[in-house]
Amino acid sequence: MLRFKAAIFTLLLLLLFCLSAAAQTAEELSDTAALEEPVYEIPRLAQVTNFEAKDSPDDAGGEIELTWDLSVDDKKEDGLVSKYVVLRSQNPTSDFHIVGVANHRDSSYIDKNLKEGTDYYYKIVTFPKYQGEVRLTREEIDPLMEQYPELTELDIKDVSMLAEYDRDIMSVFDDNILGISRVAGPVKSRAQWFNSKDLDTLIIGLTICISVVIFIGMARGGRKLFLRRIGGLQAIENAIGRATEMGKSILFIPGIQDMDDVQTVAGITILGRIAKTIAEYDTKINMPVSRSIVMTTARETIKEAYLSAGRPDAYSDDMVHYITDEQFGYVAAVDGIMVREKPATCFYLGAFFAESLIMAETGNSIGAIQIAGTAMPAQLPFFVAACDYTLIGEELFAASAYLSGEPKQLGSLKGQDVGKFIAMVFIIIGAVFATLAALTGSEDILEITNMIKSWFSA
Amino acid sequence: MGSDLIGVWIAAFLTLGIMSFLYKDNPWYKFSEAIFVGLSAGYWFASLFWQSLHAKFWANWSPAVQSLFQGQFDYNLLYTGAGILGLMMLLRLIPPIGWISRWPLSVVVGGTAGLYLINYLVSNAVRQIGSTIQPVVTFPESIGWINSGGVIIGNVLVFAVLIVSLGFILFGRNTTIDLPTPTKLFFFLIALVACALGTFYSLSMPLNLTGLIIFMGVFCGLIYFFFSKEHTGFFGGAATVGTWFLMVTFGASFGYTVMSRMSLLIGRIDFLLVEWLKVVN
Repeated sequence: MLRFKAAIFTLLLLLLFCLSAAAQTAEELSDTAALEEPVYEIPRLAQVTNFEAKDSPDDAGGEIELTWDLSVDDKKEDGLVSKYVVLRSQNPTSDFHIVGVANHRDSSYIDKNLKEGTDYYYKIVTFPKYQGEVRLTREEIDPLMEQYPELTELDIKDVSMLAEYDRDIMSVFDDNILGISRVAGPVKSRAQWFNSKDLDTLIIGLTICISVVIFIGMARGGRKLFLRRIGGLQAIENAIGRATEMGKSILFIPGIQDMDDVQTVAGITILGRIAKTIAEYDTKINMPVSRSIVMTTARETIKEAYLSAGRPDAYSDDMVHYITDEQFGYVAAVDGIMVREKPATCFYLGAFFAESLIMAETGNSIGAIQIAGTAMPAQLPFFVAACDYTLIGEELFAASAYLSGEPKQLGSLKGQDVGKFIAMVFIIIGAVFATLAALTGSEDILEITNMIKSWFSA
Repeated sequence: MGSDLIGVWIAAFLTLGIMSFLYKDNPWYKFSEAIFVGLSAGYWFASLFWQSLHAKFWANWSPAVQSLFQGQFDYNLLYTGAGILGLMMLLRLIPPIGWISRWPLSVVVGGTAGLYLINYLVSNAVRQIGSTIQPVVTFPESIGWINSGGVIIGNVLVFAVLIVSLGFILFGRNTTIDLPTPTKLFFFLIALVACALGTFYSLSMPLNLTGLIIFMGVFCGLIYFFFSKEHTGFFGGAATVGTWFLMVTFGASFGYTVMSRMSLLIGRIDFLLVEWLKVVN
């Protein structure tokens, strides 16, 4: 009896063991199936329609513009579409790779940095919103990103969804699971010679340029062009005379920019006139500079001025000397020169930055007459506060033309005045239409206003 | 650690040396100035050599020449032109042919003038005109009572400015508007009544006059910078109003920039107290 009980107990144990093993095997099998079959069902969305790829107009090449009509699923109020994924290939049937993403409700995309003259083909994938939770960790995502760098165009949710669908994460783009458009192409990118978007700027620029040319012609023809007096210029000669009477030098600072800055050019032009007066009065000029090319140009200018004043022997290269390109190193040296030499007059004509107030305040402290001119809006307040006369913005260029009396400069200044007049006229007309549109609410007047504004929105 | 400490002490010594200029010019400042100027000039020389001559010229031109010897044309060979222009600059060192150095100068000046022409035209002129075209007055929709109060005060101020501006244009120092004084007075009184009515109207229905201020500022500013006509009469008055706008702008800019300069000073004081003296954590 005992043996019988033992045999039954053993049999029961064996049965339990077999059942347990069977359950475990079934679990393992179901796990394997989970890896091989999709866990997440990706919703099949309608593809985009009227998908077209063409060379981007009005560009310098290397860009292709893609346009499409939204997927039907994107037009619904709570649409299922999260984005449109752009695929590109140089082969119409294979090797498509993700190159970019357009947001849902967007119906265009510009593919950039392309090789000119190469045929490209495109597909657009209507990509669904992921309804579940992100299950992949960053540690799981990173190797996938390394394997497929193009996935960086997608976000972590998208990658998680794709991974849940299939371990071969890119298969979804090939096996017709998503709404994939027809292939558009071949299309080549090409550079255009003319950018039609800048036509308005061309017309405005040409108008001003033609005015300048006409006025230069008039000035060369001997016609006297009127320019109003500029306050600071009247003081220049007095300031030079004061330095002569006091037997002190004149300090000229041409700013800290190079000769590629038009303000430096204007400053050097005024220097030519000042240097001529200095040569005539036999006064000294000291010009520390922070750019080597400015030094060369300034030496040429002063040399020429001394020559035209009949005093070539009085010219010396030491009048213009290089300090350093470093902004505050230059300022430290100029301040030192100011307090040691105590010039009677300081000119600051050119492009200035943070050094403007430091120099102008030091010049003020030594009692020098100071005349400044710059078109740097942030520095003008300092010059206005610390100097005796300030040429504000365009007055610097006008002074350059006024003093030189050259037909080219006078003509260009008069031409710019034509540009200002045109600006004033259009501002008045535009403001009148804009006000009427705001007060009456008329769509027609608003349209005219927008048209005028569009001419000046290059 | 040791070298850091020495560096901090040197920096503090030179910082205080430069700041000593606030007292007066002195040998400590002269020493610091000479160190600053000499070091920066040397640094800039090395920097320009490696960043311009080497990185932009040699690194492009040298491979192009090598490929030319291999029978291939590389567009970077065009850098030869830049190299020749650079050499021409150095011809200043040979006085008999020093005049050749003017040619590269003219290329630099002319080239950059042409390059910037469109950029400046678009950013400084064309776009500014487009931005100025806006309604001179608008009716704000459903604004709160605080905002209404602000708009009313703003309107009263704007009307006051308009009256003063008109008065200046008609009776200002440089004005030679050729009208008899009673007529000027008549115009001024009409403007005064209109502005008073406008102010009264704005109290009941606030208008947004920001557009008017912008319009006046731009228009009068443009007149100030118009050089083909003497600033007399209407032009003189409008130009004076333009000057006011400029000065108000400069005042605001002055305050703003001074505040940013204070941050530079705070940076140096911070260095002295925290890194050097370590009296503040």
